This record gives sequence, C-alpha cells and structure tokens, in this order.
Amino acid sequence: MADQKLKDALFEYLVRLGDDHLILGQRVSECTGHAPMLEEDLALSNVALDMIGQARVLYAYAGEVEGSGRDEDMLAFMRKEHEYHNLMLVEKANKDFAHVVVRQLFFSVQAELLWEALGVSTDKTLAAIAAKAAKEANYHIRHSGEWVIRLGDGTEESAARLMDALHTMAPYIEEMFDNDEVTDLLVEHGIAVEPSSLRASWREKVSEILNLARVDTAILDAVPVKGARSGKHTESMGHILSELQYMQRTYPGCQW
Amino acid sequence: MSDTNQNIKTTPLWEVFIRPRNGLSHKHCGSIHAADAELAIQAARDVYTRRGEGNSIWVIPSAEIVASDPQDQDELFDPAEDKIYRHPTFYDIPEEVGHM
Repeated sequence: MADQKLKDALFEYLVRLGDDHLILGQRVSECTGHAPMLEEDLALSNVALDMIGQARVLYAYAGEVEGSGRDEDMLAFMRKEHEYHNLMLVEKANKDFAHVVVRQLFFSVQAELLWEALGVSTDKTLAAIAAKAAKEANYHIRHSGEWVIRLGDGTEESAARLMDALHTMAPYIEEMFDNDEVTDLLVEHGIAVEPSSLRASWREKVSEILNLARVDTAILDAVPVKGARSGKHTESMGHILSELQYMQRTYPGCQW
Repeated sequence: MSDTNQNIKTTPLWEVFIRPRNGLSHKHCGSIHAADAELAIQAARDVYTRRGEGNSIWVIPSAEIVASDPQDQDELFDPAEDKIYRHPTFYDIPEEVGHM
C-alpha cells in the first residue's frame, strides 16, 4: 500500500515537471516566425525544443512508473485540462519580447536549482534526467537574463515593457515554491527536492539580474496566485490545449 | 525622439568563426547581428551550432575586419606563382617518416 502511494506520488511529480516543460515549450514555440530578429527566432526555437525534449523524457518515465500503458504522447496530448498540473507561470501569454524573457528567467532560475538538487536524487533515472537538463537550464538563464538586463538598462520603452512584464509574471512566483503531501512524501525518500528550499536562492539570483537591469526588486513581492498543482489554470490554458491537442484529437493515433 | 537619420544606431554585424570538434582552426561560417559581444556569442551559438558544428566560437565586429582589395589580387599574389623554390617539395621523404 505504501509502495503504491509512493508510486502515485512519483508519477504525479513527474507529470507536474513534464507539464511545466510541455506548456512552456508550447508557449515559446509560438515565437517561431514572430521573434523581433532572426537570431532570436532561432534562439527561442532552440529554447522551445529544449523544453519539449525535457517534457518527453519526463513523460516517458512517468508512463513507465504508472505502468498502465500510457506513453509520452498520450500523456502530452490526451488529458483533460484539469489533469494538467503545470505552474500557471508557464501559461502566460507572449504579449511582447519582454514577457517572453521574464517568464523564461523566472522559470529557468527555478529549474536550474531544481535540476541541480535532483542530480543527487535516490531515483537514478530522475538524477540522470536532471544532469542533462541542468545544462540546458543554465543556458536559458544566460539568454533570458542578459536580455532582461539590456531591456531594463536600455531605452525608456524597453524599461517600461520590462516593468509591465515583471508586473504580469510576479504573482506566479510563489507557486513555484509550494510544498504539499506529494513533495513531502518524495522528499522523505530522497527522491524529490523540497520546493520551498529553492526560494531563497531563486530570489538571490533573480535580484542580481534585476539590479543590473536597474529594477527595484520590490516588484517581485506581488500577491500570489495559486492552484495549478491541483489542476486550476489561467484562462489561457484552454486555448493552449486546443492548439496543442488539435491534431491528436482530430486524428487519434496519427503519426508521421 | 530622434530627429535625423544620423542619430539612428543600427545593430552591428559580426562575423562568426567556429572551430569544429576535432578541428584545429576556427573557420568562418557566417554572420549575425547583435547589440554587443555577449549577445553576439549567444547569437552565434544559437544560429551556427545547432548541429554540433563545433566547440569554440569567435565573433568579431565586421567593421574590424580589414580585407585585401580584390583589385590588388594581381600585384599581391601573382609574384608568388613562379617561385617554386619556396615550396618544400624537393625532398625524398623516407617511408619510415610517414605522410607529411
């Protein structure tokens, strides 16, 4: 019985991480063909591919853990909205380039801390996934961080857009550091890392970057919005899924 | 608001050189636009190393490149063509030395 409970918790944890990466990857991929310059079109497409790649490995492992025959495709495409447990942060729209890089910065600083900690997970598969993902997260921080600095320390317009983006994303920060019974159980077994333990380092790293961007870090202290780990979403989620799931829903099992 | 065209700054062009994984020298592979050096390195990485092309990047502002004038080709390079004594091709290399 305890074994089943642990298995369920691990499955849930993997799906959460998979969903974070799938939805963020989907959002960033919307920039392809629409970035402000050619180089960024490639850079953002690369980020999206990194995200989707990580989602695939996580879902594949989750499917194995669950053991009911669901593979990565079924988990990625064939669930209902409330069954996705991604952070609300990753659903936020690509209003402009500033929104894209702020969302990425907030997520990737957390992701890198998470992957580093999971590198010593007692679950060997998860530790291996973490080792590879950490390198990608490192680069995402570098890319988005440098842009946040340049937008903040740039023109009046770029600074204004950066502030708008920070205002939009700040309420979704706290949710990244919430613990619950799922994480508690996995932390007990040395499998997962406690989300709240990452908060301080996250704050430090992001503050460093905001200081260089000449932005007051007080902007990070917004009233938090929560609920995603239990399946609540922003109004964007339905739209995201209708695009993401369209082909599989229309032609179930289609391949090319 | 800027009033004249002279005040508009354009994003600089940079030439990109990549050293392949098992290679010895950086080869020119193209160019990118970037506002500064750090972004230039990132742009080069994102645009020119997607398929594992290399493990080292050089970027140089295109404006820094000094190139020989194609019109001067004759005077710069023709004189070397008939000086075969400059080529090390008149030695018999023993087999034991191997390919040089």
